[in-house]
Amino acid sequence: MTIRVIALNTFREAVRDRILYLLLFFAALSIGLSRVLALLTVGDRLKIIKDVGLASISFFGALMAILIGTGLVYKEIEKRTIFTLISKPIRRSEFILGKFFGLVLTLLVMTGAMALIFLALLFAHTRSIDWSIPAALLFIMLELILLTAVAILFSSFSTPILSSLFSLSFYLIGHFSWSLETLIRKMRPGLGRTAVRVLYTALPDLENFNYKTEVVHGLPVPAAAWLTAPAYAICYTAFVLALAVLVFRRRDFI
Amino acid sequence: MNAVLELTDVRKSFQLGFIPKTKEILKGISFSVAEGEIFGYLGPNGAGKTTTIKCALGLIFPDSGTIRLFGRPHLDPKAKERLGFLPENPYFYDYLTATEFLDFYAQLFKVPRDVRRERIPRLLKLVGMERAASLPLRKFSRGMLQRVGLAQALINEPALVILDEPLGGLDPLGRKEIRDIILGLRDEGKTVVFTSHILQDIEMICDHVAIIVGGRILSQGRLSDLVSEKVLFTEITVSGLLPAEAAPFGESVSAEGGRLLLKVHDQDKIEALLALIRDRRARIHSLVPRTQTLEDIFVEMVKPK
Repeated sequence: MTIRVIALNTFREAVRDRILYLLLFFAALSIGLSRVLALLTVGDRLKIIKDVGLASISFFGALMAILIGTGLVYKEIEKRTIFTLISKPIRRSEFILGKFFGLVLTLLVMTGAMALIFLALLFAHTRSIDWSIPAALLFIMLELILLTAVAILFSSFSTPILSSLFSLSFYLIGHFSWSLETLIRKMRPGLGRTAVRVLYTALPDLENFNYKTEVVHGLPVPAAAWLTAPAYAICYTAFVLALAVLVFRRRDFI
Repeated sequence: MNAVLELTDVRKSFQLGFIPKTKEILKGISFSVAEGEIFGYLGPNGAGKTTTIKCALGLIFPDSGTIRLFGRPHLDPKAKERLGFLPENPYFYDYLTATEFLDFYAQLFKVPRDVRRERIPRLLKLVGMERAASLPLRKFSRGMLQRVGLAQALINEPALVILDEPLGGLDPLGRKEIRDIILGLRDEGKTVVFTSHILQDIEMICDHVAIIVGGRILSQGRLSDLVSEKVLFTEITVSGLLPAEAAPFGESVSAEGGRLLLKVHDQDKIEALLALIRDRRARIHSLVPRTQTLEDIFVEMVKPK
């Protein structure tokens, strides 16, 4: 109940923030650009539209999660609104979870809006609806949920600029850590390989949520992904949120 | 009387600076606030008033000592359900309107919707903000924020209201209105704790006072016990007397425009002076017996020894 109230207020805060609409505008522009790029391409134009469109949604969704998420907790402390809030009968964990769910709700609405623009563009091009697109969007949303938790974790102890940098690094590392897996396969067994394996386990692998290629090329999404990707998202998110609560629980608000 | 808020030997220090240096802010604070009284927490800037309040509210964790709210540990949400708080220099969500803002906090207290619908306009009216009900807080002046902040502190009909500098940023009329609201709360049986560095405010409405200086409580008790009724001296303003004539009766504070301000200590001398004034057909403009005020006590305590 308390979490719901804080989440709805967070949602209200986010949708009344102009930065959200600025990002949405650029996302729409970028999705629209895919149509222009398609004109310049030799070959399958539809693939370009799908590829650039999905990449735009993923990228601008991540930007929204990072730019808004990193400010959420920090702003409460900086603007001292947290004084009034914590004096109410709420637990600090409820505060963090409320912020998290509020931002997830915002991203859900925003991803929905971007998806609508994208689907409308596709429909205008093909006059038919491609039902594999929502699948790709679902995986993008899972990634955004994890990213939100990360942004909130950094925001609970650091300034928005630093938190944004940390979260962005998390995003980039997450998309390149799969190369470690390739490295593991090529290394000889021994201490080095174990070390790389430990590193790979600890680092996020956001490619677990990337099924854009499959969707663009009309390949089937592996059946196991429907289970492993949500499980990975839930576990990692829960772990990051637990860390955020731990950081936040004993903090003094001076 | 039951203690509504009880602090026992609360200590708190912070690590400050680039090379952390421990600074003790609270050096063993103990006091208790009884049910139904207005408790004034008085101290100069930086004495530790807000830090004490923040400890009591669970915003910061004391290094040692115990705090009990309504007989429960102070972090217990059950205890906080009966608490209202207005922070110093209130900062609120500026993207909300006054009504949305109050509704948000009411929901945190799980106040049912129909009660909220009745209570929010009533509280806005109480603090004189009914016309700003649908205005975003971003457009509010400091005094207006202070008023909706007070409404926010009363949203759950609390048994204990803690107000940190509630009269700051208000014009004289606003101060009076807020003072009246605080007195009204006491009449409803609520307990009010408020901090201030302005003595008149505390003197006017508090039953109990604690004075904190440098992280220590220097004095506490009933206001009437702290401030004696004894007349310290009498200030008399007269015209038509020469300074030299008045000199034997008391200390001449000022002599401007033919008016003489005298500080007279003895009752006998006052009588003699009055006789002289009658004799010379001089005029009395004012005669004010000065009793000891909280300010005198405060200045006495805060003065570096």
